[in-house]
Amino acid sequence: MITAVLSLTLLGVALGLMLGVADRFFAVAVNPVIAQVEGLMPGSQCGQCGFPGCSAAAAAIVGGAAPVTACGPGGKTLAAALAAKLGVSLDLNAVVDSGPKQARVAEEICIGCCRCGSACTSDAILGASKQIHSVLTEVCNGCGNCVERCPTEALKLQPVPVTLTHWVWPKPVAA
Amino acid sequence: MGLMERLFARTGKIAWGVHPDERKRPVADLPLARLPLPRRLFLPLQQHIGSAARPVVQVGQQVAKGQLLAAAHGEFSAPLHAPTSGRVAAIEDITAPHPSGLPCPAIVLEADGEDRWGERLPTCDDPFKLSPGEIARRVADAGIVGLGGASFPSAVKLALSQRSAVATLIINGGECEPYLSCDDRLMRDFADEVVDGVRIVLYAVGASRALVGIEDNKPEALAAMREAAKPFASIEIHAVPARYPMGSEKQLIQTLTGKEVPAKGRPADVGVLVHNVGTARAVHRALRHGEPLIERIVTVNGGALERRGNLLVPIGALVEDLLAFCKLAFAPQRSLARLVMGGPMMGSLLPHARVPVVKGTSGVLALTADELPAITPGPCIRCGYCSKVCPMGLLPLEIAARVHAGELTAAETCGLTDCMGCGCCAYVCTAHIPLTQYFQHAKGELAAQQRIKLRQQHGKRLATARAERLAREAKEKAAIAAARKAARNAAKAAAAAQAVASEEASA
Repeated sequence: MITAVLSLTLLGVALGLMLGVADRFFAVAVNPVIAQVEGLMPGSQCGQCGFPGCSAAAAAIVGGAAPVTACGPGGKTLAAALAAKLGVSLDLNAVVDSGPKQARVAEEICIGCCRCGSACTSDAILGASKQIHSVLTEVCNGCGNCVERCPTEALKLQPVPVTLTHWVWPKPVAA
Repeated sequence: MGLMERLFARTGKIAWGVHPDERKRPVADLPLARLPLPRRLFLPLQQHIGSAARPVVQVGQQVAKGQLLAAAHGEFSAPLHAPTSGRVAAIEDITAPHPSGLPCPAIVLEADGEDRWGERLPTCDDPFKLSPGEIARRVADAGIVGLGGASFPSAVKLALSQRSAVATLIINGGECEPYLSCDDRLMRDFADEVVDGVRIVLYAVGASRALVGIEDNKPEALAAMREAAKPFASIEIHAVPARYPMGSEKQLIQTLTGKEVPAKGRPADVGVLVHNVGTARAVHRALRHGEPLIERIVTVNGGALERRGNLLVPIGALVEDLLAFCKLAFAPQRSLARLVMGGPMMGSLLPHARVPVVKGTSGVLALTADELPAITPGPCIRCGYCSKVCPMGLLPLEIAARVHAGELTAAETCGLTDCMGCGCCAYVCTAHIPLTQYFQHAKGELAAQQRIKLRQQHGKRLATARAERLAREAKEKAAIAAARKAARNAAKAAAAAQAVASEEASA
């Protein structure tokens, strides 16, 4: 019996060592840029770009399968950051960015079906069954997942309202 | 310090700034008048840097003069008091005194004409027996903010100086903006009160001396202040050269002490604290007389007015009321072309006259077309005047070129963040390029980008938190299900064992 135990132990140790060595020396290098690009993405996994989540989108953008402008919620800022990161030239004026948006509930149409809350990627929607729902504007990242789920079209994406603290002087008309 | 600055420092000349036509007199020499009490006062909840005050009164409530209307909310905030007695008519959005013309929430007070004082703030005969912390608290309760224009809550500044040592207190009586003479009038008429306020602030911050800087184009104010400060050795009155922007904090510190505030730094970094003369008087009124900040002196000036002067105005009076009191001129060549709140260099353009005077309003200017600069910009000819006059030593033409090309980050590395928007560069620009507007636009855009970045980071944290919560919930659900299954199996086994036992017993 001791022979059996010893031989199996030896076999296990030897194979384990081989696996460990193989892991160290035959490692397939994952492009570290993908992780860095994913770090720049919003991370809400909303899927609006057509890829399943931000890491897949990051891989596609790094691989060239998707443009740097693929991420809708990221907007112009993200596109510029990605272009700088990947060394892609980008005409920022051509990027259509209607500014940050947030979801709003039209309270007179909301039926309290609770479908939006489970779709929200940032837990920004409050509401119980058969009660009017409401969006926490500070938390909503404007991904638009809830808009698709709403059966009564009570949820709409609307531009974040301009307030005194957000207002920006317009750029002077060129000389 | 470069060679040129060294040379200038030795000769006592100042290497920066401009000297626009002052246009302060004859308004500065006219006696102070009081604006007749308007029927309605409009008090924006945010008249200071920081978070807006929260109303503590109900619509329809009767309030007395000096009663608290809105309480400070958070550390950087200031309360709001009733400038007269009356009824709270509404709490609603009004047009803000801001170039955007956007709305801001405000308390609308309907004056009853009695101007009846309610309970005053606690007073004391000898403020020097109070602790510095207590003085800061009373200044905060009185709703005092920096009256020089920035409207920074004064109590925060007083408390800040307790954390970092302040050796010198500087009192800003520069008033370098053309047209404005409200601080001049204040120093002439209330020199004793200003000096007493300076003594209180000096005691509260624990500084050894106070330097009062007054531009040498105000000899009457200088004389009055010198007279009032004679008994106090710790208060020195200094005449500083009249040069715009002498009233800017960093420039005044440099002129009076020779110290330079580092980029992105605060005056406290060089052991200095700066307060405006108006703020000093407000501190005196609050501590000695228990009066909160409910009125201020406003210069009403400009070619489009029949009557000009310095007015004592309750906070919340509409610019319209001021114009009605001073009467717009009839002559077509003197018709109103632009309404400005503050000075002509750094003040803000008003969308219309139905906006209220706030705590930081130093002047209201009704300018005619003749008083406005040429506005057709041409191409930059690289004359370099702008960099010569820039008080911060920047290269405005380079920064503007970068902003024009949309390279905001490059503009930032050129020193955009050090620009204080004084407008000297645009004033001297031979090509009439609106340089200041370029900088304001770029600063706003950069701030907006920063906000979006913060928002996205915030969103990311929430998304991760949600993923973690979902995973945890799934795990907990599985654990509960497993526990239930185990309990069911155990119950089944127990039942089976019982059945076997009972069978055996029956057998």
